[in-house]
Amino acid sequence: MVNIKTKLDHEPMMMREVLCEVLKDLADRNEKIVVLDSDLAASSGITPFAKAHPGRFINCGIAEANMAGVSAGLSAVGMVPFAHSFGCFASRKTCDQVFLSGCYAKLNLRIIGTDPGVLASYNGGTHMPFEDMSVLRGLAGITLVEPSDSVMLKALINDLADLYGVYYIRLQRKNAFGIYQEGTKFEIGRGMTLREGKDVTLIASGIMVAQALIAADLLQDQGLSARVVDLFTWKPADKDMIVSCAKETGAIVTCENHNIFGGLGSAVCEVLAQHTPVPVEMVGIHDEFGQVGSEDYLRGRYRLNAVDIAAAAIRANGRRSN
Amino acid sequence: MSKENQIFAQKIRIEALKIFKHRGFGHIGGSMSVVETLAVLYNGVINVDPRDPNMVSRDRLVMSKGHSVVPLYAVLAMKGFFPLDDVKTLNQPGTKFPSHCDMNLTPGVDMSTGSLGQGVSCALGMALGQRMTGIDAKTYAIVGDGECNEGQVWETLMLAYHQKVSNLIIFCDRNAQQLDGYCKDILDVGDLADKFRAFGCFTQVVNGHCTDSIEEAVQATQEKNPEKLPSMIVLDTKKGYGCCFAEGQEMNHHYAANAEMMDSAITAAEKRLEEIRHG
Repeated sequence: MVNIKTKLDHEPMMMREVLCEVLKDLADRNEKIVVLDSDLAASSGITPFAKAHPGRFINCGIAEANMAGVSAGLSAVGMVPFAHSFGCFASRKTCDQVFLSGCYAKLNLRIIGTDPGVLASYNGGTHMPFEDMSVLRGLAGITLVEPSDSVMLKALINDLADLYGVYYIRLQRKNAFGIYQEGTKFEIGRGMTLREGKDVTLIASGIMVAQALIAADLLQDQGLSARVVDLFTWKPADKDMIVSCAKETGAIVTCENHNIFGGLGSAVCEVLAQHTPVPVEMVGIHDEFGQVGSEDYLRGRYRLNAVDIAAAAIRANGRRSN
Repeated sequence: MSKENQIFAQKIRIEALKIFKHRGFGHIGGSMSVVETLAVLYNGVINVDPRDPNMVSRDRLVMSKGHSVVPLYAVLAMKGFFPLDDVKTLNQPGTKFPSHCDMNLTPGVDMSTGSLGQGVSCALGMALGQRMTGIDAKTYAIVGDGECNEGQVWETLMLAYHQKVSNLIIFCDRNAQQLDGYCKDILDVGDLADKFRAFGCFTQVVNGHCTDSIEEAVQATQEKNPEKLPSMIVLDTKKGYGCCFAEGQEMNHHYAANAEMMDSAITAAEKRLEEIRHG
C-alpha cells in the first residue's frame, strides 16, 4: 500500500499546466521530444511549450488523423512525439491511424486525449468521450493510462519519454484532487493500493479515485471494510493485483468515468472471469451519451458519486458466496 | 541514362510479373503503373544501402498505395536487400513479403501501409523529422489517384505547405482507375494537378512511363523550386501498363491469373525489353 495524502483537496496547479511544464523540461534535456496539437494548444495549455521550443512544436490544425500519421512518421526517424486533442477526437478520429501507422507499424506514439467523460462538461455530448478507452483498447499492443493527479502525471510523462510503443494518456485538464505524496513511484501496468480493506475492493481510475476514497469512508461508517485501488493503467490491466483483490476481498466494484462497455470494468472482468470469478458491480456510464452540464451535475446524473460507489459495494458484498 | 533506366524498369516489371505468377494472384494493375518511378528512384536517386537498410541518414520511401508493393519487392531484391528467390513466398503463411507494405517484415520497406491515405501523413512526419534533426535526407511517397479520395491526403498537403517541407516529394500515380472502375466514374475530382497546385505543392505533370521525364522532374523539385514548397509529381500512367492482359482493361485492380496468362505477359514483357535494348 502507498502512503497518500490525508485530506482530499484540489491541487493548486492544473493538470495541463503540469503537463506543459514536464514536457518543457523534458525537451530541454532531450532534443527528440516533439509536441503536436490540433488547434487546441490554448485548451491543452501547451502554448508555453510552443514558445519555448518553436522548432519542436507542430500545430497540425484541425486534422487529427493527419496529426496521428505525422506523429508516426516523426517517430520512424527517431523523434519522440506527444500529440494532443480532446479525448473524443484523439480516439474516434484517429483510430485507424493509431492502429496501422502506430500499433501495426510498431512505432512510438503518445496520444494525449483531454476532457475525459463528464469533464467535457459544457462542451456536451458531442465532446464527451465515454468511449475513448474502449475505442482504442482493442488495438493490439496499445497501452492506456489515466493519471489521477499531478504527481502521477509528472511521473508517467517522464517515464513515457523513455519508453517505446503506442500510448494513450487520458487526461483531465483542470485541477485534480491530490491523491499522492510527492515522490511516489509508479509503474505503468501496476495498480496502486491506496487503502486496505477486506470486504470489497473499489477499483477506480481518474476522477473516480477520489470518489472511491470517499466511498470507502462512507462504507466504513456502515461497517464495511473497503480496499481502494487506483488502476490507472487500463491496458495492460494489472492481472496479479486484480486477482489478489478478488481472492482477499471476495467482491469488486469498478469505478470509471466511461462507458462500462469496453472500459475499466470490462478490463477487470476479463481478468476475473478467466482467473478468479467474484461478484462485480460496475459504476460508470451505462451505455448513454453525454450532455451539457457542470461536472457535479453530470456526476450526479450518471451516478458517478461516492454514494453510488458505496451502494454498489454493498450490493457486491451481499453477493459474495461466503 | 535514358535507355539504362528504361531497361532497369522493364527488368523490374518482368520480375514483378514472375512474382505474381508464382502466387497466382495480386494487385497487378496499380503495381505495373509505378514501375518506371521505382526504377528512377532506385537507380541513383534515393540514398539507401542494402547492407544497412536501417541507416539513419537514408532517404525514405513510403508506398502509400500499399497494395503496389510487389514491384518494390522486385527492385529491393535487385538492389541486394534480399534474394529475389525469397520473394516467391509472397502471401504465403509466415512470409516476409505480404500483400501490403510491412516495415517490420521486409528490409528496405520504410513504412507499413495499406489503409489508404495514411502513408502520406507518415511521409510528412518523416520529412519533418529529418529536417528537425538536421539530417540532409528526403522522403519520397507514392500515392494513388484513387487514394486521393481520402481526406487525409489533403490534410497532409495543407500541413506540408504550411511547414514548407521541401524535402517531401510525393508522386501521384494518376493511372485514372481505381478498384471499382475509372476514377471519373467513381468519384470525379477533376484535374488533380490543379488541386495539388491549389494546395500549395510545387506540382509537375510528367509521363509516368518515361524515366527521363521522371528523373528531370525529381531534379526540378530541388533546382526549380525557389519557394521550397513540398513537391508533387503527377505521373500520367496506365493501370496495368506492360502487362498484356491487364493494360487497358476497366477492372484491372486485382487479378487471379493462371500460369498461362502470366507466361504470356512475361513473354511480351521480355520481348519489350529486347526492343528497348535494341531500339
